[in-house]
Amino acid sequence: MRAQFVFHEVWIGLRRNLTMTIALIVVVAISLSLLGTGLLFVKQVDNTRAYWQSRVQLSVYLCSSQAFSTECAKNGAVTQAEIANIQQQLNGPLKNYIVSATYVSQAQAWAQFKQEFANSPTLVKYTSQDQIPSSFEIKLRNTEADAGPVTNIVDGYPGVAEVVDDSSILNNFYKLLDGARTAVVIIAAFLLIAAILLVANTIRLSAFNRRRETSIMRLVGASNFYVQLPFLVEGMIAGLVGWLFATGLLVAVKGFWLNGLQSYFPYGVTLSSTDLIEVIIIAMITGLLICGSTSFLTLRRYLRV
Amino acid sequence: MIHFDNVTKTYPNQGRPALENVSLDVEKGEFVFLVGPSGSGKSTFLRLVLKEERPTEGRIHVAGKDLARLTNWKVPHLRRRIGCVFQDFRLLPNKNVYQNIAFALEVIGKPRRFIKKVVPEVIDLVGLEGKRERMPDELSGGEQQRVAMARAFVNRPTILLADEPTGNIDPATSIGIMKVLDRINRTGTTVVMATHDAAIVDSMRKRVIELEYGKVVRDQSRGVYGQAY
Repeated sequence: MRAQFVFHEVWIGLRRNLTMTIALIVVVAISLSLLGTGLLFVKQVDNTRAYWQSRVQLSVYLCSSQAFSTECAKNGAVTQAEIANIQQQLNGPLKNYIVSATYVSQAQAWAQFKQEFANSPTLVKYTSQDQIPSSFEIKLRNTEADAGPVTNIVDGYPGVAEVVDDSSILNNFYKLLDGARTAVVIIAAFLLIAAILLVANTIRLSAFNRRRETSIMRLVGASNFYVQLPFLVEGMIAGLVGWLFATGLLVAVKGFWLNGLQSYFPYGVTLSSTDLIEVIIIAMITGLLICGSTSFLTLRRYLRV
Repeated sequence: MIHFDNVTKTYPNQGRPALENVSLDVEKGEFVFLVGPSGSGKSTFLRLVLKEERPTEGRIHVAGKDLARLTNWKVPHLRRRIGCVFQDFRLLPNKNVYQNIAFALEVIGKPRRFIKKVVPEVIDLVGLEGKRERMPDELSGGEQQRVAMARAFVNRPTILLADEPTGNIDPATSIGIMKVLDRINRTGTTVVMATHDAAIVDSMRKRVIELEYGKVVRDQSRGVYGQAY
């Protein structure tokens, strides 16, 4: 095995085919970085989902003296007896669906409100404790299946103004992320197809450019392996260079874009560097696999012994 | 060394076979001229020996190997034992004399030390001393053919196939080429040369096999190009 010879041939092939090689590298870089972005999205969505899954609650708002709902208008503010009743129901018949149910009094909710809106003193100033409803914060055992039924039941209890399912708010957010992910993956798939065709074409051109060399190689009895290896390595090197660019792009995507996106959502779900490295490694394997196998199949067609 | 047993080769979409029922033996160390008009099957014969084509019928043995039983995997090893020279030289234009010859050894994975030793020897053998740095376009046709012969012979093949090696070369230079082929033959290498060149065949007085329409019409030791009675 003469590595020097092989690499010399590879170098000649890449240089003679410079424009095609550059096109190949660019397409591989873009498709791999899009694929990687898609995978980062998937991870982000998964992480976010897992984060919220353990925190999602039903908020059961009770009537305050200022509440607007019809139920409250009829009965006025919630009474201690009604609160006790709801508490009993939650701990009794609905027990199997619920992990925990915490009562948040108006005073506690008010304190929380003041804290959350500390940056808007005007809002706090014109709001009074009366206007902030007391509530039960319910954590469900199985959010997806039970949120609907539990909401319906609890909504009927006297003194309940409104039941809000936190996950319904999140679902829109998930839809957005899922949509973005699907779009990115579809584009990446198309680009990967383009990359495959480009690899095939580049290798074919390369084989054509060097048909004189390869015909002599075959004539003097070079093995298939020796004839084909330079082309194979050529495809793989283009793939690797493309992957290096893709790695740079992915680090940038993670650094500027995903992290920027996260800053809009204060409940920090950050992608770790491990996630990024995992995605980069998957991109490398994909790149090498695509370039290597396409070169190999192309060579079987165009460089027969 | 080369054994054809009732070999017929028909190319697809062609009515007449390129070779028909050819049986012949070429012994080790022989020098054989293959003569006949264009399309008589000379090139097909050479391609069959190299296993670039498969016979439609019949058996071929080359260097003790039954070609029908030789897997594709092993074909390169067969070709390492066969040197080839062509009318159009087939040199690499971007490599000099030394590199062109060394290429044949590099691609079969020979160590560099070996290459450094044998390439100068074979350059001397074909009479190109002092021209190892020349590029092909700086050489005459005869000199280019010498490079091609050096490349074909550098791995010491047991058989040398030459397809019209003097076809692009003037008669005076051809004599030099024939001398090199004769020298190679004297090392024990079997030489099969397809040619149109009557003067050369007549002057060498070697075995002559004449093909016509794919059939052997004459096989004569110490023969001449034209019909001899």
